[in-house]
This record gives sequence, structure tokens and C-alpha cells, in this order.
Amino acid sequence: MTTETMAKSAAANSSDPNRKAPANRKKKRPGTYVSRVAIILAGLIFFFPFIWMVATSLKPTSEVFSTGSSFLASRVEWSNYVTAWTAIPFAQVVANSFLVSIAGAALTTLVSLLSAYAFARLQFKHRDKLFLVFLGTLVLPQEVLVIPLYIMMNKLDLVNSLPALIVPFAFGAFGAFLIRQFLLSLPVEFEEAARIDGAGSVRILWSVILPLVRAPLAVVAVFSFIDYWSSFLWPLIVINDVSRATIPLGLSMFSGERGTDWGPLMAAATTAVIPSLLIVILLQRQLVKGVSMGGFGGR
Amino acid sequence: MTALPTLAVKNAKKPARVTGHGKLAAVYLAPGMLGFLIFIVVPLVASLVISLFDWPLFGAPKFVGLDNYVRMLSGDPVFWTVLGNTLFFAVCYTVLNLVLALALSTWLHSLGGWGPFFRVLFFIPVVTPMVANALVWRLMLTDDGVVNSFLANFGIHGPSWLSDSQLAMGSLIVMSVWQGIGYNIIVLGAGLNGISPNLLEAARIDGAGALQRFFRVVLPMLSPSLFFCTVMTIIGSFKVFTQPYLLTLGGPGESTNTIVLYLYRNGFSFDKLGYASALAWALFVIVMLITALQFSQQKRLVNYDN
Repeated sequence: MTTETMAKSAAANSSDPNRKAPANRKKKRPGTYVSRVAIILAGLIFFFPFIWMVATSLKPTSEVFSTGSSFLASRVEWSNYVTAWTAIPFAQVVANSFLVSIAGAALTTLVSLLSAYAFARLQFKHRDKLFLVFLGTLVLPQEVLVIPLYIMMNKLDLVNSLPALIVPFAFGAFGAFLIRQFLLSLPVEFEEAARIDGAGSVRILWSVILPLVRAPLAVVAVFSFIDYWSSFLWPLIVINDVSRATIPLGLSMFSGERGTDWGPLMAAATTAVIPSLLIVILLQRQLVKGVSMGGFGGR
Repeated sequence: MTALPTLAVKNAKKPARVTGHGKLAAVYLAPGMLGFLIFIVVPLVASLVISLFDWPLFGAPKFVGLDNYVRMLSGDPVFWTVLGNTLFFAVCYTVLNLVLALALSTWLHSLGGWGPFFRVLFFIPVVTPMVANALVWRLMLTDDGVVNSFLANFGIHGPSWLSDSQLAMGSLIVMSVWQGIGYNIIVLGAGLNGISPNLLEAARIDGAGALQRFFRVVLPMLSPSLFFCTVMTIIGSFKVFTQPYLLTLGGPGESTNTIVLYLYRNGFSFDKLGYASALAWALFVIVMLITALQFSQQKRLVNYDN
């Protein structure tokens, strides 16, 4: 599987016109350099809000606006981070976010794997029709469901609980679709061989399928982690106690309750952004692959 | 290649396997399909039922038939404002996002080894929490924020980006394009990588100029990716909520109020869960109609033969 990933990225590189062909390299004109300077500029402008977020998080509150467009204030105010973490039970909020996101990602991935395996490899009545209906939910806006889901959580006495944040959104079709696509591209001979050798179906799933689908599994896990991590509307609806909030909700409460204390708020926002940033840096290739695999869903 | 032998094996053993797999499939599908039923199908149906009631959160629901829909369509001017705002947002956001993403991904593709790095850079706002992103934009766009301080260097007196009803929606659109464009850049980038350089070389040899190669070769080859991006971007644009909620609170007046924000307010500020459900169904029907329309035009717009 790793070799396949490598082969794929090698193929992607070799189809990259500027890299491959000596014929193209000859043609490197001044335009190339202009283009490179321009993209650096564009990238900087694009990234500016994050730079500003960090810059503001280090300014004393009194100087947030008086410094105009300067990155630096009279001193570096680290205490904003202390304020952010103590003004609301921010450590608790961060812990909630990790708990909800990890549990949500694990549940989504497990459920997706099981469904994907059934839809890709097992024969049963109405399989393709069922899958099509299931797939239809890819274009169903989740916002349509929040009212009945809230009433449901209210009846189950789960309002203000972390399970209410995790469970309702673990059953989308994206994960199952992605893993199924991948499974369909693998030969069935592996499983046939294992079956002939006497392996049961659980054994086959665990020792044959699981190692083969690690890559799409990781993609599903990472994407659902990010979804849970960033989700706002549903936590806003179902949680009204800061101690159960996740980071996005915590941030919005922060700006409401205290007027807007921009220094600490930006310190908290920076904290919220760091895990996503780490994920992007560490897993960029998987992420790009995941997005582009999703991108071929229409084919 | 693998599809053919699979098919043959399946057909050969069909009767025995159908029964065997039925039970197994039930076990594997149980969690996924139960969840799908409980958390997607039931709420979808329930939302239609709730929309026929006057449904306060505490207190007894009262059946009112189609009253919520009648009120929505003929007795509530805010609904039409909100619908208009959302449509305006959807059109501007989708067009800007796709045109810019197409331009940027083509540009990045021509940059060789630098392309993937910047592609990932542009992707960062997609995965960082939108609440954090929106709050920074609110900070930057306040009257004495960094954008206006920057403009002041050139002697320009910057406007109130978020509290001027002429500008507020525009600000939301720009922020949203910044937030979402990275996704399309990656999808289109992957599409561009999939175009054979030989094809472009052949076009070049046949005497096609850069523009001609773009419109006659690149664009048709890219149309499946573009189609996917268009469908997903439009669906996403109708769900806009966090940006108006945090940047403008829907104002000034109702100028940046959107369907989902209005739905949220009806449900959880005005205690009208029935009316909110009717709004949810309006959203659902609009999104489904647009998506269905797009898919019905798919054959005409998208070039699938390679």
C-alpha cells in the first residue's frame, strides 16, 4: 500500500510539466520568476488573517486598535494566553473538543468501514438501491435536521451532554463511500484465498481488509476529526453550559460574555487553530488525496 | 480489470452466496443503517411533520396544517428578504469561488514544485475552525481595524465594512471565499494533474495557442472536477450560517440574514420550532431542486470520455 502511494505520487510528479521535461526547463523565462514572486505575495496576503490573529494575541488590550496596521505593540503580552485559559474553563473546553473529535472520528470510521465492506463485498437483496439512497444523504444539508434532532435530544435528556455532540453526526455517507470506492479497486482474491484457508469473516475483515484500507481509513478519520473539531451550529444548539462546550462554541461565548476582549480572544482562537494546522502539516498528502478522491465521486 | 473476474465468480456461486451474505451483511450494516435511520431518515420525516404544527419547545404542539408554509410564503416579508440574501450570497460566492479557484489552480499547476506547497497553504482556512476564522475577520474589518488602518496610509477613509448595509454582504462573501476556496483549488488541482501532458503537447504541435489550449483542451478535460466543485459549492453556499452569525448578526437590518440563521433564530430564539422546520424544508427543497437540475444537465455540460 505504501508502495502504491509512492507510485501514485511519483506518477503525479512526472505528469507535472515543469518538473519532468528538460525540454521545458530550457524555456524557463523571466516570466517564471515574476510568477514565483507573485505567488509568494498572494500566499502572504492570503495567510495574513492568521498572522494577524497571532499578532493580536500578543498585544495588550489597550493597544489592539491603537497600533493600527503594525504587528508589534509596545510589549509582547503573553498574559493574553493565561487570560484565555482562565477566563472561561478553557482547559475543559479544549479537553471536550479533543474528546468529542476523537470519539466522533473513531465512531464514524468504524461504522463507515463496516458499511463499506458490506456494500463493496457482500451480496444481498437490493444492495445497490440501498446504497444509492444512502448516498443521497451526501447532498442533504445537515442543517435541515437540527430541529428534530434537538427535540430528540431533549426527549432523551441528552441536551448539554457530550454524547449529543458525538452520536448524531457519525452516520453520514462520505466515509462509507470513500472506503467502498477503494475496496472496489482491490482484487477479491485476497479474501477468497483467506476464506479457502478457513478464515472466518471477522478474521478476514480484521487481518485481510483492514491492513489494505488503512489509507482511506486514515482519510475518513482525519476528515471527521476536522468536522467535529470545527462544528459550530449543532454545539450552539445543543450545549448551553460552558463546561460542556467545544472550542468553536467556547470562542463565540467568549466574545459575547466579556464584551470583546480581543487580545485574549485571539489567543484562544490561535489555540483553536493550532491542532488543525498541525494536522495539515503532518498529513498534507493524505488530505490532498482525500479531497481529490472525493472529487472524483462524480465519475 | 479486476471487475471482470469478480463478476464471474459471483455469478458462478450465486445461489449459495446470496443467502450466506444476507445474514453477514445484516450484521455489518446494522450500526451504519440504524444510525442512518435514527439520525437521518427519521429526523428528515419528523421535520416535515413538525412543520405542520405550532411547536413550542415547552408546551403542547398544536396541529396547524399548512399554516406555517402559508405564512412563510405570503405573510412573512422577512422570509423573502432572507431567501433573496441567501440566493445573492450563493450566486456571488459560487461564481467568485469557482473563477478564482480555476485561475489559482491553473497558476499553481504551472509553478512546478512550488504548486503543491501553495495548494496546501490555500487549503488551511478550510480545516481551521470557521468560528476562529470569522472572529479574526471581524477584528480586521471593524471600523478602526487593520484593513482601514492600512487604507489610511494611502489617505483613504475606510468604510464600515460590517455595519454598512451596502457593504456587509460583500464582506461576508469575500470572507467566505477566503474560507472555502482551498477545497476547490485541491479538487481542480487533482483534475489538472490528471490531464495528460501529451494531449497538451499534441495541441501545441497542432498550433493551438495558450488560450486555445486552455479552452479547448484543459477546460473540457477538467469538466468532471468542475462539475463536482460547482455542485458542492452551491450546496455549501445555501447553508451559510457562521459568517453572518459572528460577523454581522444578520444585520444591519436584515441585510445579511440568511435562511439557516433565520431558521436558527425561529427555532431557538423565538421558540417556533414548527416554523423553523418549514424553513428547513424550504432549504431542503431548494437545494434538492438545484442539485437535480445540475445533474440533469450533467451529460450536456460534462465531458466524460477520455
